[in-house]
Amino acid sequence: MTILNHVIATWRNPNCDFCNNSNRLFVSKIQFNCKFLILFILMNPIFFSFSNYLIMLFLLVYYISRTLTCNTYLGRSTKLLSTLGNIKPNTQTTIPLNTNNILNTKMDNQDISTPYTKSLTLDNMCPTVKTAQYAVRGELVIRAENIAHLLEKQKKEGTKLLPFNEIVYCNIGNPQQLKQQPISFFRQVLALCECPELLNSAHVDKVFPADAIARARELMASIGNTGAYSGSQGVASVLKSVAAFIESRDGHAADPSNIFLTDGASVAVQRMLRLLIRDRSDGIMIPIPQYPLYSATIELYGGSQLGYYLNEESGWGLEASELERSYNDAVSKGITPRALVIINPGNPTGQTLDAANMREIVAFCHRKRIVLLADEVYQENVYVKETKPFVSFKKVVMDMGKEVEGLELVSFHSVSKGFVGECGKRGGYMELHGITNEVKAEIYKLASIGLCPNVTGQIVVDLMVRPPVAGEQSYDTYVKERDTIFDSLKRRANLLAAALNGLEGVTCNQPEGAMYAFPQIRLPARAIEEAKANGKAPDAYYCIQLLEATGICVVPGSGFGQKDGTYHFRTTFLPSEQAIQGVCTRIADFHKNFMAKYK
Amino acid sequence: MLWYCLLCVIYLDDIKYQNPNIGINSVFTLTLKFFLLISANNPFLGDLYDRSLELAKLLEKQKKEGVTLLPFNEILYCNVGNPHLCGQKPLTFFRQVVALTEYPELLNSPNAESMFPRDVVSRSCRLLSAIVHTGAYSSTTGVKGILQNIANFIEKRDGHPSDPSTIFITDGATQSVRSILHFLISGRDDGIMTPVPQYPLYTISIKLNGGTEVFYYLNEESNWSLEITELERAYQDSVAKGVTPRALVIINPGNPTGQILDESNMKEIVLFCHKKSMILIADEVYQGSIFTDERPFISFKKVVCDLGEQVSGIELVSVHSISKGPIGECGKRGGYMELHGFSKSVIDEMVKLASFSMCPNVIGQVLIDLMVCPPVEGDESYPTYKVERDATMNSLRDHAKLLVDTLNSLEGVTCNQPMGSLYAMPRLRLPPAAIAEAKSLGREPDEHYCLQLLEEKGILVTSGNAFGQREGTYHFRSTFLPPMEKVCKGLKEFHENFMLKYK
Repeated sequence: MTILNHVIATWRNPNCDFCNNSNRLFVSKIQFNCKFLILFILMNPIFFSFSNYLIMLFLLVYYISRTLTCNTYLGRSTKLLSTLGNIKPNTQTTIPLNTNNILNTKMDNQDISTPYTKSLTLDNMCPTVKTAQYAVRGELVIRAENIAHLLEKQKKEGTKLLPFNEIVYCNIGNPQQLKQQPISFFRQVLALCECPELLNSAHVDKVFPADAIARARELMASIGNTGAYSGSQGVASVLKSVAAFIESRDGHAADPSNIFLTDGASVAVQRMLRLLIRDRSDGIMIPIPQYPLYSATIELYGGSQLGYYLNEESGWGLEASELERSYNDAVSKGITPRALVIINPGNPTGQTLDAANMREIVAFCHRKRIVLLADEVYQENVYVKETKPFVSFKKVVMDMGKEVEGLELVSFHSVSKGFVGECGKRGGYMELHGITNEVKAEIYKLASIGLCPNVTGQIVVDLMVRPPVAGEQSYDTYVKERDTIFDSLKRRANLLAAALNGLEGVTCNQPEGAMYAFPQIRLPARAIEEAKANGKAPDAYYCIQLLEATGICVVPGSGFGQKDGTYHFRTTFLPSEQAIQGVCTRIADFHKNFMAKYK
Repeated sequence: MLWYCLLCVIYLDDIKYQNPNIGINSVFTLTLKFFLLISANNPFLGDLYDRSLELAKLLEKQKKEGVTLLPFNEILYCNVGNPHLCGQKPLTFFRQVVALTEYPELLNSPNAESMFPRDVVSRSCRLLSAIVHTGAYSSTTGVKGILQNIANFIEKRDGHPSDPSTIFITDGATQSVRSILHFLISGRDDGIMTPVPQYPLYTISIKLNGGTEVFYYLNEESNWSLEITELERAYQDSVAKGVTPRALVIINPGNPTGQILDESNMKEIVLFCHKKSMILIADEVYQGSIFTDERPFISFKKVVCDLGEQVSGIELVSVHSISKGPIGECGKRGGYMELHGFSKSVIDEMVKLASFSMCPNVIGQVLIDLMVCPPVEGDESYPTYKVERDATMNSLRDHAKLLVDTLNSLEGVTCNQPMGSLYAMPRLRLPPAAIAEAKSLGREPDEHYCLQLLEEKGILVTSGNAFGQREGTYHFRSTFLPPMEKVCKGLKEFHENFMLKYK
C-alpha cells in the first residue's frame, strides 16, 4: 500500500497548479478509493467472476487518469483555490512594488490581483437552507414592508403616494397586531412575576385582583425566578399543569415527563422533524394545502415531502384512500414515509375533523407503523362546537386502546392562537405518546442544546392551561374577555366567507376553525398568461396586485400547495370588527376591477 | 450485487466531490449525518448531571422524612452559569419596565406613580410605542426600534458605525450561534475552528449539522493565551485531512477559561482570518462580566474597523446576550448577533432561515433594549441601578478571588486567575492510583474526581473532558456564583481526603 501511495503521489500532473499546491484533499480521496479497488482486485480471482475483475480494472484506470487530468477541476471553486494558494506561501512570489497601492498593505500571501473573496456566498452555504421556502414571510411580506416605508413617508410629507393609508397584515395569524386584546388576568400575573417587588408594595391589592396575586405567588414559589434557566424540558410545575389540562380535556391520563415546553410550537415541530429525517429517502406526509412550516423544515433537514391532497369539494375533507395513495406513491419511489402530519383544525383550510375520520387516520398510521404528528394549535378556534367539537388525537388513540397499541403520537399546542393570542411570548408544548425512552432521551438532548424554553412563555402556557375558575375574583372578567373574542371571531369568519363567496369566480368553504379563509379564485385566462409572462405564479400575481391596490397583505395559495391548475389565497379574519367590513369591500372592489381588466 | 453497491457508493462519492454544493449529498454523508445526530453529546448532561438529579430526589426525601441519607443538605450547582438560580438579584429597573410593558393598564391606576419611578414609566411608554404589543409577533429579526438601539450601543462602544439591518435578535445567543453554523456547514468537508477548552455548544452544533471540528489549543501556561502559530498549525492539519476550515470561533472573554484577549493578539487573529478567507465568529457574551482593570474588553468589531482597508471584506459575526454579566437574565432567552461584511444576498437568506421560527420572544427583546440603554446619570433609577450593578460585580470579583486562591492552595491544583466570564478552570494533577481506578471503572479521571466531589460534598461542577483538554491533563470548571464560602470549604476538605486516599 505504501508503494501505491508513493506512486500516486508522484503521478501528479507537473503542469497543474492544483496538484502542485498539494491538493491533498483530492489526492487523499483518490488514494482511498484506489486502495479499495486494489484490495478487491486482489481478492477477486478467488471469489468473483472475470467480468467483475474487468470492471474494477476499468475503475482503477479511470481514477488514475482523473488524477492526471485534474486540471479539469480547477473551475470548481475559486475560493478553494485561493485557500490552497495559501498553503505554501513560497509559491506566491511576485508582489508588485508599488507601495502607494492600498492593496499592497494586505497580508503577504493574499492574492492581490483579485478582490477579497467572500467566505460565505449563496454558492457555498448549506444548500438546503437556500432551497427551503417559507411563504407566510416570503416575497409578498417583503414587498408589504417596503410599501409600509412609503406610507410612513406619505404620512410625514402629507403627499398622496398610495391609494390607502395603512397595510392590513392578513398574511399571518398575529391577533394582537390586529388589535385583539390580551386576557387581563394573564398579563396581571405576568407583571407580578416579572417584578415580584410589586407583591410587597403597599397598594398591590388595590391594583391587582386577589387571585392574580395568589397565582403569581404560587408560580414564583415553583419557578424561583423568571431570570434563571429552567430545566431543558420546562419548569416541573408547569409540566404538571399541562398534564392535568390534557387529562381533564381527554379523560385519559397524561404523564408530565412526556411533555416538552418549547419556544412556540414551531420549535417543537422543527425538533421532531430533525429527529425523524435522516436523508432524502425519509418522507414526511403533509397535507396539501399545508402550513409552510412543514415544507420548509422538511427541506431544511434534507427529507422528502409527500403531499396528500385535501378534498376542497367536501369542505377540505381528508380521505383515507388519498392517504393510501400518497403512501404507495412514495414507497414506489423508494421513499419511506416516516410520519404523517395532520393539522386539525386545518391551516390554511380551517376544517375540523370528526372522530370517525380521526379513527381511520390513527388506524392508518398504526398499520403503516408511522409516527402521527398532530398539530392542534388551533384547538380553541373551533366555531362549530355544537356539531363538530374539537377532539384531540390523544383522546382518539386512547379510546381505541389495544387496537392501536404502540402507536407513536406527538401532539403540539401553543399560546399563540385561540383567544390567548400571545404570539410574541413564544410559548408552546408537545406531548409525546408511545415514544420509546431512548428516543425521548435524544429529544431531551436536542432540547438541552438551546438550554431552556423562555420562562415567560412557560408562564403563559401555565396560565393558558389553568385559567381562572368559577368563584375566583377574575373569573367573570376572564369569561367575558374570552367569549367576546371568540364570538367576534366567529362573526368575522362568517362575514368574510360570505363576502368572498359573493365575488365572481370565487368560492370559499366556510371555515370551521382556525383563523383563516382559503378561497379558490378562478382567474381569467389573460391574467394567468400575463402572470406567467412576468415569471410569477398566477395567484401570487393576483395577491401582489391586491396589496398594491388596497394595502391588504394576503398569502398566495402556491405557498401552501394546491391542486395543479387551481388558485387560492389565504387571508386571516383577524382584523377587528370595525375593520373587517372595510377589508371585505376593498377586496370586492379590487376583485371587480381585476376581473374587468383581464376579461 | 456487492459490486454494484460499491460502484454506486464510489460514484456518488465522486459526484459529491465534483459538486460539493448540490442538495443531495452522497449516501455516505447522509447516513453519517444521522449517526452523528445520535453521537452528538451534550456534556452538561451525562453521568454527573444525572447523578445530581438522583441526589436531589434523595435530598427531598431526606428533608421530608428527617433521616440522614446523604452527608450534605443541599446541592451546590457550580455547573452552569445561571446567576439568578444562585441568588443574584435581578436589576430592579429592568424588571419594573418589563412588568409595565406586560401590563400597561397599570399606568392608568392612580397608584402607579407611587409604584414606579418616572423613568420606568417613560421607558415603558417608549418601548410600547415601538413594539405595539408584547403579545404580537415582531419582525423576524426583531423590533425595529430595538435594533436601532443595539446599533447605537455598538457604535458608542466601538466608535464605528453599525447598521441595524445587519443585526439579528435571537432567543438567546445560543440560537445565533446555531443558525450561523447551520448556514456554514454543508458536509464533513466544512470545518469550524474552535478553541480547546471550549464551551460545548460549538462542538455539539457542528456535529449536529454534520461538519467537522478543527481544534486549536489555548496555552494554559501563559494564562490560556491564544497563539497564532497554533491557529496556523490547526489550519494546516485540517487542510491536510481534506477539511476546509470555514470559520474561526473565538470566545472572548473565554468560556470556560476566563481569559481576555489583548488588542495586538486580536489584530493578529483578524489578519489570520482575512488571509485565509475565513469567517470570524466572535462569542462576546461575557463582555459585561470583567473583573480586571488592567485589560479592558475590546470588541472584534472595533479591531476589524480599526484595521480598515487592510482587512476589507472580512466577514465577522459578533454575538452578545442578556444572560450573563450583571443582568444575568438567562431565563428570558435574549441575544443578538451582528453580521459585519456579509453580502446582502446571504443576509436575506439568514432572514429567511430566522423566519421559520417567526420571531424571537418579545420580552427577551425588551431586555436587550434595556441592556443596551441602561439608566444614565440623572435618571431617577440610576442610583439604584448603579448600586445593584456594582454590588453584583464586586461580589463576583470577590468570589472569583476566593475560589482561585483556595484552588491554588490545594496540593496538585493550579488555576489561572480569570479576568472575565463566570468560571474558573483549575488543572488537577491526579495521583496515578486515582487515574488507574477511574480507568478501571471506564471513566475519565477528572469525571471520576467530580463524581466523588458530588457524592461527598454535593458540589456539582463540570469535568474538563466536557470542554476538551490536552491529552493527559485533567481539569474541571466551576462557576463562582453560589455561596462560595461553602463551596470552597467543601472543596478543600474533599480534595485533601481525595489526595490522601489515593496517595
